[in-house]
Amino acid sequence: MNAKLKWGLLDAIVVVFALVPVLWIVSLSFKTTATLTDGNFIPRDWTLENYRTIFQTDQFVRALVNSIGIALISTVIAVVLGTMAAYAISRLDFPGKSLLVGVSLLIAMFPQVSLVSPLFDIERQAGLFDTWPGLILPYITFALPLAIYTLSAFFKQIPWDLEKAAKMDGATQAEAFRKVIAPLAAPGVFTTAILVFIFCWNDFLFAISLTSTEQSRTVPVALSFFTGASQFEDPTGAISAAAVVITIPIILFVLFFQKRIVAGLTSGAVKG
Amino acid sequence: MADIVLDKVTKSYPDGTVAVHGIDLEIADGEFIILVGPSGCGKSTTLNMIAGLEDITSGELRIGGQRVNDKAPKDRDIAMVFQSYALYPNMTVRENMAFPLRLAKMDKQLINQKVEEAARVLELTSYLDRKPANLSGGQRQRVAMGRAIVRSPKAFLMDEPLSNLDAKLRVQMRTQVSRLQKQLGTTTVYVTHDQTEAMTLGDRVVVMRAGYIQQVGDPQTLYDSPVNLFVAGFIGSPAMNFLPVTLESGLLRSPLGDLPLSDRLGSVLSAADAPRKLIMGIRPEHFEDARLVEGTDGFTFTAPVDLVESMGSDKYVYLNVDTRGGDTPASTDLAELAADAGGADLPEQNGLVTRLSAESRVREGADARVWLNLDKVHLFDPSTGTNLTLREEVAAG
Repeated sequence: MNAKLKWGLLDAIVVVFALVPVLWIVSLSFKTTATLTDGNFIPRDWTLENYRTIFQTDQFVRALVNSIGIALISTVIAVVLGTMAAYAISRLDFPGKSLLVGVSLLIAMFPQVSLVSPLFDIERQAGLFDTWPGLILPYITFALPLAIYTLSAFFKQIPWDLEKAAKMDGATQAEAFRKVIAPLAAPGVFTTAILVFIFCWNDFLFAISLTSTEQSRTVPVALSFFTGASQFEDPTGAISAAAVVITIPIILFVLFFQKRIVAGLTSGAVKG
Repeated sequence: MADIVLDKVTKSYPDGTVAVHGIDLEIADGEFIILVGPSGCGKSTTLNMIAGLEDITSGELRIGGQRVNDKAPKDRDIAMVFQSYALYPNMTVRENMAFPLRLAKMDKQLINQKVEEAARVLELTSYLDRKPANLSGGQRQRVAMGRAIVRSPKAFLMDEPLSNLDAKLRVQMRTQVSRLQKQLGTTTVYVTHDQTEAMTLGDRVVVMRAGYIQQVGDPQTLYDSPVNLFVAGFIGSPAMNFLPVTLESGLLRSPLGDLPLSDRLGSVLSAADAPRKLIMGIRPEHFEDARLVEGTDGFTFTAPVDLVESMGSDKYVYLNVDTRGGDTPASTDLAELAADAGGADLPEQNGLVTRLSAESRVREGADARVWLNLDKVHLFDPSTGTNLTLREEVAAG
């Protein structure tokens, strides 16, 4: 057996291993309550009932709004701050630079679970508990190091000559950044945005600890509160449908921004 | 348009290294001046200080009579062409060239007009809507030039703008740059490590080494009267030949034989402080096939021919002469030149390079009788590198 085939087989196993649970959930979400436990991979009885149910419950719709709002706001703030910080780190030599990098690395490595109880107390005292800012703040805290690291790697790839050229052409430092460097860093910014968005969107730990009502509860948490219309109804179908629904924005997000991540956008700037 | 004056300009870094040692240089309005030297000689640092991309540690820089030490690059009104071209890859050629004008908040119509005009001068009109990625090296280089000329700045700074082009294109572009500069009459400071480029382009050439200016002059002066060993060896291709000579009982003992002291050399060496051991420098064209110059004053010697390269117009003849005699005086200048020429990677160059007339009949492997023009040789002090013959000429003239 040649090496190519071996690797192909290995790749196939990994892909199947990763995709089967996802397809299983999709399959469950289309099954009727009666056929839910029949063990068939392809539903015998197709239904959209589960989707109808979840969109009829206020709980889920409200949670979806919370999720989208909180994740988007966190992403925008983290990426904007991260871009500026990463630019400074990759370009400037200022006192305390290595300290800044070190501290952000430390934050990224800090186990989140150990912060849950202190954060709970702090947010209760500060009146942030069960509010959007109450989730946005910790998300930004943990997303920023990620953003700074990814982005500074991107900035380092942009030839410094371009910035010098912009300055010689009459740009201020801010203009050089805005008109020359930022457009070139766009692929990096979008990549970072995707990563940060996924991080915020998927978070369960903070969301369940720092919220108590549907005022700010996000979808992953709302899912765990699904009970079905009555006590006697099995919510599996609805949970599956909701799980499928919350995966869609991630897929859309990636597909949408992928187009912007054009490889080799910087080619032609300097002699290549 | 403006003149540029560097008054004891120094660049030192926090770690104590000094890149540029208090250089003085006056660049006249409209002049095309070349900074040339081996890598690490401080020429690019000097250019960056003029541009404002690097701070000046001490000294004063004046452009058009105005002190600009503390002005940002954008307020100095000078344009720069980078070695890497530094085109904005996300913009078309048109946008690239319009960028400085847009930053200057110029009227849209005027911008268009200026860009079109620059594009016409540089023959870029049909590429205006392309991205830099879709251009050839030469075209990118022209766009970089275009971006510099559109806003008619006080001065152009060029940092090895042609070094990324292939040899043929480089020669073409060299002519174009020269013509453009004459046409625009804008003060231009041009950095290169290529002495051919320096000689062919500039009104004046500044030879730098280790942060010091060695000599400033027009190309011919540098070639004919180099002030020291370094300039002598750096300017000219093939390079000047250097031979160790010793002054003994009125004769110059050299690997070529005992040379008589002409009046010119005699007066140089009669100076009380003249050293006994010297380095003699001879340009390749000051040799000739002895058969062709029968009867002319000079010194004739015989040496085995190692290699003959016929260029059509002349012949480069390499002679087997031991130029690294056992008592060669050590000279840091020569060591540095050898290092710059890649000498560290090559077997030590030993032998003479001569440029003989095309009619010469010398053959590889045979002995050749070669004539040497003693009026043109230079004598250098090995310890300081100073050109002693030049000192005498200056004193006499």
